[in-house]
Amino acid sequence: MAMPAAEIEALIRAALPDAEVTITDLAGDGDHYAAHVVSAQFAGKPRIAQHKLVYAALGGRMGGVLHALQLTTATPT
Amino acid sequence: MSDVHARIDGIVHGHDVVLFMKGSPLFPQCGFSSRAIAILDHCGVAYHSVDVLQDMEIRGGIKDYSEWPTIPQLYVKGEFVGGSDIMMEMFQAGELQALLAEQGIAAQA
Repeated sequence: MAMPAAEIEALIRAALPDAEVTITDLAGDGDHYAAHVVSAQFAGKPRIAQHKLVYAALGGRMGGVLHALQLTTATPT
Repeated sequence: MSDVHARIDGIVHGHDVVLFMKGSPLFPQCGFSSRAIAILDHCGVAYHSVDVLQDMEIRGGIKDYSEWPTIPQLYVKGEFVGGSDIMMEMFQAGELQALLAEQGIAAQA
């Protein structure tokens, strides 16, 4: 059920090409991650919409293959 | 609206604050649900919790209802607020407390 961090980053960047993606493997087991995503496309959008953009990029894996992904989003400063 | 959506609609409009979670507030069965409970406890508000592990229909239906892929899910006055990550971001920014206050949901002494 694990998913490599590089694959998560690639999926996010395919949907949000300007995104800066920082992924931390929280437990060192390739299964529990934190992702911080910074993209200009989040500007003016509520947090739910920002997170939904990232979940959409992950194409249904969230809640499935990817159980544990802590997500934080921000716009570039 | 499907039967399960009507049921969920009834729950989220039947209480000011509703948390759909895995397990119970005393015995959360997932770290994300545990974090959501800790945040609500810090805010000091009363909430209604629904253990989706005890109700497979709601466990599946809630994800379509909110178009959100994960549990826990927080609702305030019938509106979907977010999952535990958004709750944490909002809590740290003081926005969750502000939202609850705006909606007239008082912290209990």
